[in-house]
Amino acid sequence: MIKELSQRLLGPVTLVLLALTIWLGLWVTPPDVVQGNLVRLIYVHPSVAWVALYVSFGTATIASALYLWRRTRSMVMDRVAHCAMEVAVVFIALTLITGSIWGRPTWGVWWAWDARLTTTAILGVLALGYLALRRANDDPLLRARRSAVYAVLAAINVPIIHFSVDWWKTLHQGATVFTIGGHLKIHGLQLWTLLLSFVAFTLLFFWLLRARYRLEVRRELASSAQLTDALSTRQREGAQ
Amino acid sequence: MIRTAWLVAAKDLRIEMRSRVLLWQVVPFGVIALLLCGLALGPAHAGNSSAGPGLYYLVMLLVTLLMINRSQGVERSPGTRSSIATLGLDPAGLFLGKSLALAIELWATGLVLLAGAVLVLHTALHGAIVALPSIVVTLAALSAAGTLYGALTAGGEASATLLPVLALPAFAPLLIAGERSFHDALHGGALLGWWVVVVVALVAYVAMGILLYGVLEET
Repeated sequence: MIKELSQRLLGPVTLVLLALTIWLGLWVTPPDVVQGNLVRLIYVHPSVAWVALYVSFGTATIASALYLWRRTRSMVMDRVAHCAMEVAVVFIALTLITGSIWGRPTWGVWWAWDARLTTTAILGVLALGYLALRRANDDPLLRARRSAVYAVLAAINVPIIHFSVDWWKTLHQGATVFTIGGHLKIHGLQLWTLLLSFVAFTLLFFWLLRARYRLEVRRELASSAQLTDALSTRQREGAQ
Repeated sequence: MIRTAWLVAAKDLRIEMRSRVLLWQVVPFGVIALLLCGLALGPAHAGNSSAGPGLYYLVMLLVTLLMINRSQGVERSPGTRSSIATLGLDPAGLFLGKSLALAIELWATGLVLLAGAVLVLHTALHGAIVALPSIVVTLAALSAAGTLYGALTAGGEASATLLPVLALPAFAPLLIAGERSFHDALHGGALLGWWVVVVVALVAYVAMGILLYGVLEET
């Protein structure tokens, strides 16, 4: 009952929170002293990056690791990893696009050879590689095994991206909320709007993941029904 | 595990000694790639550019891709995989053996291409010698990572094209760390920081290979 209700409410709640984020971000919060209205991208870019790097890639990695562990190995884990990685590709692309939109007026270029930008772009290629690897293998079990190993290997890049702003002298700013000492660099309504955007985009991820998962299950059912139809047609032809 | 590793490494190296693919195909490819890098820079810059370490590692990455394909190719002949499966060899030993053989081949090629970089790109000989230990570790990390990625793509129809897509982004941190440590060796910078990155990558890939190679070899 509660599970069904939460599944039904996920979409509407996500849309309400996204709308609230847009309203607060565009109309209610004040412009920044230095950056002016450009600061409003902070209600989109960090939360999209949070979902791309940690929530979606993290979900794909954990599901892949659970698939590799014999006790929890099931095609459900493989499906979750696959669907989460597809959503991750979208969010990584959005992270790079919103970052570029911010970078052009601030740094003067659409793209800079900055450690965080470069490592995030590499993560995007790794996620695309995951999807390419899945397409290259027809056997479902072989595909699941190989893509699970690849996802775990690709996850090495996530801590590199996270700490890139500390390890290298980068143009990209350091952490604003999740700082090492726990010192917040943003306050008041701007902080609450930022936190709300994190919640809204995280829920959006789970909504998309759920929709994609259901689609994948239906696709598998449809292809197995097609196979059964083809086999029975062939058997009928053989009998004639 | 160690015994299996020695057996597999010796087998791969013996195949290489007999076929001479490394000598007649891979090394000439590396040399021509190095020359093309010089041509791309132009005569005015090829001899006095600071791009030497980067170009050296770029060529080594391309060579590594060729050698990973070769390393997996020797297992592709009919019946080889099933024979290995029925022998019951330890998968961790298999991974270590194939990595070791690949590393030895990469070290040999890397040495030739390093001499090429000194000659063609005018990389300082003293700096190249100082950079040797870091090159050895970086190439070992590349071989461990390459063996894993090679096993991921093995057997498929599109494995030759899929391998660069999967492996090159993963090799990028190694390329950066290797290039930086080589650069520091040439210009007297602090070597330790990038050394640590390469050693951590080597340990991580070897540990992952030992843990995961068995999953890839499951039938």
